Amino acid sequence: MRTNTVNDAKTNANSGDHRTEQSRWTPFYRKNGRALNAFLALVLVWIFFAVNNPTLFLNPLFYNAFLFSVPATIFLTTSLVFVIVSGELDLAFPSVVGAAGGVFMYSVVLGVPVIPAFFLTMGFGAMIGLGIGLIVVYGRISSLVATLGLNFFILGIVNLLAQGRTISAPEAMNSFGYKLFVGKWHLFDTTLRVPNHFIWSLVWVVFCYVLFKYHRFGNRVQLVGDNTDSAREMGINIERIRVSVFVVSGVAAAITGALLVQMANMVWFPTSGKAYLLIALAALFVGGTPTWGGVGTIFGAFFGAMTVTLIPSGAVGAGFAGYWTDFIFGLVIILTMIAHRFSGARVR
Amino acid sequence: MSAASEPVVELRNIVKRFGSVEALSGVTMTVRNGEVLGLLGDNGAGKSTLIKTLAGVHDPDEGEIIVKGEVRKPWTPAAARDAGIETVFQDRALAPQHSIVTNVFMGREITNSLGLLRVQVQIDEANRLMREIGFTSKVFNPESTVGTLSGGERQGVAIARALYNQADVIVLDEPTTALSLTETQKVFRFVEAVKSSGRTVVFIGHNIYHVWDIADRFFVIDRGKEAFEGAKSSFTGADHLIEMMHQLAETGSADTSSLLEPA
Repeated sequence: MRTNTVNDAKTNANSGDHRTEQSRWTPFYRKNGRALNAFLALVLVWIFFAVNNPTLFLNPLFYNAFLFSVPATIFLTTSLVFVIVSGELDLAFPSVVGAAGGVFMYSVVLGVPVIPAFFLTMGFGAMIGLGIGLIVVYGRISSLVATLGLNFFILGIVNLLAQGRTISAPEAMNSFGYKLFVGKWHLFDTTLRVPNHFIWSLVWVVFCYVLFKYHRFGNRVQLVGDNTDSAREMGINIERIRVSVFVVSGVAAAITGALLVQMANMVWFPTSGKAYLLIALAALFVGGTPTWGGVGTIFGAFFGAMTVTLIPSGAVGAGFAGYWTDFIFGLVIILTMIAHRFSGARVR
Repeated sequence: MSAASEPVVELRNIVKRFGSVEALSGVTMTVRNGEVLGLLGDNGAGKSTLIKTLAGVHDPDEGEIIVKGEVRKPWTPAAARDAGIETVFQDRALAPQHSIVTNVFMGREITNSLGLLRVQVQIDEANRLMREIGFTSKVFNPESTVGTLSGGERQGVAIARALYNQADVIVLDEPTTALSLTETQKVFRFVEAVKSSGRTVVFIGHNIYHVWDIADRFFVIDRGKEAFEGAKSSFTGADHLIEMMHQLAETGSADTSSLLEPA
């Protein structure tokens, strides 16, 4: 480092500046507005449902199903934040969910204990993600088109291999690993039963949050998405970052696949991920990560995943007939998008 | 630190071709330690090829690049940066949705051994760099988003980043183009601060008055070749320089005998 002293050019570079001094909270809102909006959306949706049927929504039993089903969306949505923020799109994750479930199931059937089989599946997800990333980045194909094609392709291979069969291994439900991943326990003395995979999804959210916000990798994912030329100019390996986000997505899809198998009492369907494509993307955008890349929010995605999971069962619980669900779903998406515009307009 | 007149970067007989087009046909340019060199030239004169050569984006087809007495080969963006030359390109320099700190440390984050950012260390260092070039304000701090800053302030961020990267020579590509008068003054203050810290600045501009105000010496390029160069004291004023550039544009050569101190 140089030794020369701070020079005397200390004049305020903004004398005559008309902008006002920021309050302490302005930057907080500017930086977290989208996550706060997503949280607000969740609370408002809940209140909207709860006032229609307070007894049900104050009963812990209602949340048993919620806590059971929300983790899959949480895993997928939070990992998609990395992909979207880097400026890419991943539509192939549903097929990876299905394929990874198959890898997990086959491993267990072949006698691999549940915990090693789980890690094996994560490794498989990482490899598939790596493959997808390499095809997108070095094949120079738009990730939208490439992953759209790969989603069909991977699901196609899985279907060919499975020949329409579902596989089950009910004996594995007695294993320690099974209980560790998806076992349930009563919260204090309430009727609320917390499934372990909900806890694991919270761990994953914290992991993603730290990786995204406080790790060099997440920092670079954001910079690549914000200004690719600039990031390249400053020596960031753009290709490596872009491939890596697909690895993150692949690992999350694999975890989801292995969990879905266990949640279904050790039964695997090849198409188990199919339902999550639009759900996870909707959760991501409701969660406040904008489509244009560069910025995003892990906690917002977490709240988004909770919101989209709450809507179908919540609408029915609130007394709406089932065919209202899509309408409410769409309404919530559009309203939160408008809210995000107000607090998180794009800066250039 | 070496004497003020010593060359820090020398380009010798640089030739750069793009297919059959010769963008630079034997340019020799010396950047002296501690000076602000104003690089001028019409559109298409070869200015931006020359800047990209300085930045390492172009490896010249012929000629040598000598930095601090050493011939540098191969010449890449990384080599230029290692040699202490940092180029601030006009539009693509910054990530507008991110904070000043994030931009200053782009690609060179301060992390612990796990790769986790040392947030407070980065903020303190960014503060120090911003103070060093007089880039302080009540309306923003290192955590402010770059997109909320004015054009001149964004140049300040890019310059602060160059300083963090330990650059000896900072190349500013049209830093005042499209800026208002007040914003231009801000950029000038940053450049002055960089200069008084003993570093060298190459300042490229369209507006000759802007370059005149800030530079100590001028290098004018025309049709891929050096047209003329001279210290500020060689000219009777900005109008003299403009007069010579008009001559150059109209006749293809400038009358260097009018210079007070021929280079």
